[in-house]
Amino acid sequence: MEIALPAAGGAPAVPRSAPVATTYDDGAVRLFTLAAVLWGVVGMTVGVLIAAQLAWPQLNFGIPWLSYGRLRPLHTNAVIFAFGGCALMASSLYVVQRTSQVALFMPKLAAFTFWGWQAVIVAAAVSLPLGYTRGKEYAELEWPIAILIAVVWVAYAIVFFGTIGIRKVRHIYVANWFFGSFIIAVALLHIVNGAVIPVGWMKSYSAYAGVQDAMVQWWYGHNAVGFFLTAGFLGMMYYFIPKQAERPIYSYRLSIVHFWALIFTYMWAGPHHLHYTALPDWAQSVGMVFSLVLLAPSWGGMINGIMTLSGAWHKLRDDPILKFLIVSLSFYGMSTFEGPMMSIKTVNALSHYTDWTVGHVHSGALGWVGLISMGTLYYMVPRMFGRTRMFSVRAIELHFWIATLGIVLYIAAMWMAGVMQGLMWRAVNADGTLVYSFVESVKATFPFYVIRLCGGLLYLGGMLLMAWNVVMTARAGREPAAETPTPLVAGAAPA
Amino acid sequence: MDILFLLVPLSVLLVFALMAVFSWALQTSQFEDLQREGHRILDDDADLDGDQGPAPVGPTHSGSP
Repeated sequence: MEIALPAAGGAPAVPRSAPVATTYDDGAVRLFTLAAVLWGVVGMTVGVLIAAQLAWPQLNFGIPWLSYGRLRPLHTNAVIFAFGGCALMASSLYVVQRTSQVALFMPKLAAFTFWGWQAVIVAAAVSLPLGYTRGKEYAELEWPIAILIAVVWVAYAIVFFGTIGIRKVRHIYVANWFFGSFIIAVALLHIVNGAVIPVGWMKSYSAYAGVQDAMVQWWYGHNAVGFFLTAGFLGMMYYFIPKQAERPIYSYRLSIVHFWALIFTYMWAGPHHLHYTALPDWAQSVGMVFSLVLLAPSWGGMINGIMTLSGAWHKLRDDPILKFLIVSLSFYGMSTFEGPMMSIKTVNALSHYTDWTVGHVHSGALGWVGLISMGTLYYMVPRMFGRTRMFSVRAIELHFWIATLGIVLYIAAMWMAGVMQGLMWRAVNADGTLVYSFVESVKATFPFYVIRLCGGLLYLGGMLLMAWNVVMTARAGREPAAETPTPLVAGAAPA
Repeated sequence: MDILFLLVPLSVLLVFALMAVFSWALQTSQFEDLQREGHRILDDDADLDGDQGPAPVGPTHSGSP
């Protein structure tokens, strides 16, 4: 079939006076990049507040809507589905157009996807503090909102796969495989775990009961980590690292193996969330084995991404965007090593229910998901506003360092707190009684909660810096391009 | 563990679906020239260093599927 690779057309001789988005439909992409930054600030602010509440519970202020139990799901929903979701939708719709050499399929449906997704986010931000919840972690939103999510997701899938369907390049680039699997898997997970019996406008009961429900919940929960927080962001990785480094991926062959190995082995890691519970022992062991198997494809992908810089490591020195992208991969490698280790039952006996789990999640969330999204957004935002680069490159550099410092403080504090809690809870006297009461472990955790809060504040500070930088870039982009002449733009002025 | 009567068949179906997609990819020679596919995104959209965005690559035939 037609392989659109016009050697001449790709040359820089093409006049650049054409405004952005003449060939590609970037309307929804632009909105999604801005929304990602906004929700990032909101979600991380809520995270910092609840981190402070753990150290000083008085910060509940005695107001039910601000209590930890209601704000915690708001935080997770905001950072995962609002910040992460908008970043994923922005980047996937950007990448699928460029790699398919074609404009979006049904751009109006893409606009619907944007506004529908924002409606979901706002509904979450209202209903969760009011106390409406299904009580399922990462699937808290009540059934009317869950239905809206399904509708928006179908629209998103139609736009994405429709664009693949009308592509002008026969080969489907590996990033699109990752994005595509993320879209399909999340739909499947959402539908199975979303099966409920509504008993009122904002109240429902799960269709499953007891341990069956727990199994479905963590089948959903861990695969949401696998496909929302891993496969989707790997799609970003496979496009934006080569683009920013201006080098092809280290081994394209390995990236194909990475994709198929990951999706064939992912689906059964969920039971490791239910070690030492009513779940049958053999099912726990199956979950553990699959979790251990996942180490191989995860590290294959990480090495593939990092080695893309092989022979061009100097780029890492001057390019803060590349720093974001590459360091995110090192956190990906760390947390995909830590995760399988923690799924081993004997390790889990120490780590389960402690803050070690929280540290593990945040090394993945802040380190991998956060940093790769930020690097991707720094790549996309100037291009969305017809600029050559962000308003302040030094601010990107500063953002990188304070974010990284914040992550290190956060996860180191939670590691120490978690191991300490695990050891205190299992310590027994010679006569078999417990050495420590639970509240003693809470008291001992206090300094680590404060250190964690400092880490979170640094990370939020970086995000605020990014928001400022994005606003300034967008503002500059609205002014006539001639105002701040950069060589390429100035040269292409006659139009 | 009645739930496994749902989740296990679902996984099996999924694996079959994945195998079907994989064999489709093989048969339509998606994996024919992997070396070049890795390079293609770099020169494809004329999105050169310092460029202000996606410059058009050839005419866009929006009609032909």
